[in-house]
Amino acid sequence: MTARHCSFSAAKVREDFPIFSRLINDKRIVYLDSANSTQKPQQVIDSMTHFLEHDYAPINRSAYRMAAEATDLYEGARTKVRHFIGANSDAEVIFTKNATESMNLIVWSWGKANLGAGDSIVLTHMEHHANVVPWQMLAAEKGFEIRWIPLTSDGRLDLSTLDTLLDGAKALSFTAMSNVLGTINPVAQMSDAAHRAGAISIVDACQSVPHQATDVVALGADLMAFSSHKMCGPTGIGILWGREALLDEMPPFMGGGSMISDVKLTGFTTAPLPQKFEAGTPSITEAIGLGAAVDYISALGMDNIRQHEIELTRYALCSLKDRFGDDIVIHGPTDVEVRGATLSFAFKDVHPHDLSQVLDESNVYVRAGHHCAKPLMRELGAGATARASFYIYNDEADVDALGDALSHVSDVFAY
Amino acid sequence: MPGLEDLYREIILDHYRNPRNKGELVTPPAHRTEGMNPLCGDEISVYLVVDGSGPDAIVTNISIGGQGCSISQSSASMMTTAVKGRSVSEARKTIKAFKSMMSIHDDGSEPHDHEVEAQPIKLGDLEALRGVVKFPVRIKCATLAWNTMAQGLDEVDTETL
Repeated sequence: MTARHCSFSAAKVREDFPIFSRLINDKRIVYLDSANSTQKPQQVIDSMTHFLEHDYAPINRSAYRMAAEATDLYEGARTKVRHFIGANSDAEVIFTKNATESMNLIVWSWGKANLGAGDSIVLTHMEHHANVVPWQMLAAEKGFEIRWIPLTSDGRLDLSTLDTLLDGAKALSFTAMSNVLGTINPVAQMSDAAHRAGAISIVDACQSVPHQATDVVALGADLMAFSSHKMCGPTGIGILWGREALLDEMPPFMGGGSMISDVKLTGFTTAPLPQKFEAGTPSITEAIGLGAAVDYISALGMDNIRQHEIELTRYALCSLKDRFGDDIVIHGPTDVEVRGATLSFAFKDVHPHDLSQVLDESNVYVRAGHHCAKPLMRELGAGATARASFYIYNDEADVDALGDALSHVSDVFAY
Repeated sequence: MPGLEDLYREIILDHYRNPRNKGELVTPPAHRTEGMNPLCGDEISVYLVVDGSGPDAIVTNISIGGQGCSISQSSASMMTTAVKGRSVSEARKTIKAFKSMMSIHDDGSEPHDHEVEAQPIKLGDLEALRGVVKFPVRIKCATLAWNTMAQGLDEVDTETL
């Protein structure tokens, strides 16, 4: 792919984010933790404030005017998400508390109904704990086998034995983009392999949906989880997308109000999709904010965002290597076409906790820790890494600020 | 606003670069206890050799295995020099005094400045870690070895009953 210039500038984008006007110790904030959670533009903040000030009412239940309006706004947010990911119908878009709840819904609904002793599923060594622990919890109950796709030395999935691993498996559940290594996995190819083996394809898309165009039909997935707060939306709302026929077959996850069509002393019947999976009063205001976030990043253009991040990642990989040589080890693929703008790195032998502490002095905010991916950390031979992750409001100046702050780390921990 | 100089005192960096009583001990006679900081994934082991039983038993040897950040490693190193050769009772008082300095009061009491004075435990070099209190997320780093040693002392107590 030839490099082309983005049609938006990060500096212009930053003007939409009130938080970036905050100075700490008279210095600007260099926010490099968007893989964890992104900052929020004024448009998202305003949408929620406006809803609370003018339109707030409970949804789905009452006949009065404002309840109907609020329901329309909530459902309008669902429609925005549906178009954003290329889903076939609103029924396929389920709002949850967060992506972790989406994964738990999959495990405790589909998994519990379909997995037993003698069965197997396939995960990978680069999964977030949210795509590991729920399966382990269910496996402890049901006794099915969990198989693992290993990694190559440059931090990609080693797919050479994929067909063998999938032989007899009922599901392949994997991340579309590693939250540690930045690796972008071949979702369509892996979904095809799963289907050939008679397994369903479950995709943790938390790190991919905010950063590149998503078309669930082209990806060939059966179920997909992602979160609002990593794409400029508020916390408190996540998304589960699923093929309608599959969601129809799945038993409900949580029981309660909203998810039923009838309840008798002898039992209940479920509401149609998507309400079947939305028990209780949902995060109404947050759904409105998520809808505004979808509008915001869609207006920037998902292909533009991807291109911006490719160029920024290329600059970061080059400039950090130029400045620090062998003192910095950046994990994951070096080819920017197959990785996102999430850079986990080791710097000299400085512990990531100490490193992030010194960076904090310069208002350079990176994540230090295991990134909720301890199996991967063990594979990297590290208890922890430092991780700088970039988004639409970051630019080359932020990479330079990271570099300058790393020089300061060298000074503090000079031997 | 606390600065880095409050945290990375020279004596802390010295213990980090040249950790005392570092490495594994043979078990038994040593007792091994593992500690983990779930926040950052750091894992350390505290090896204890205790001679005798009860509060008068002596910590004749102590060593630290595993890895961690400068704060957890220097705190562990200074801890070993503070308790090695001392009685279990003194070791426990030192734990209490150190955690009190970290604003942690296990008995649920409110912190009182005079409390440490009432129990005259000299923290010595460990005083250098006082600045950690200004960085709340790092308190867990500083106390990792101490909590692990406290657990180890309890386990040794149970074994020798």
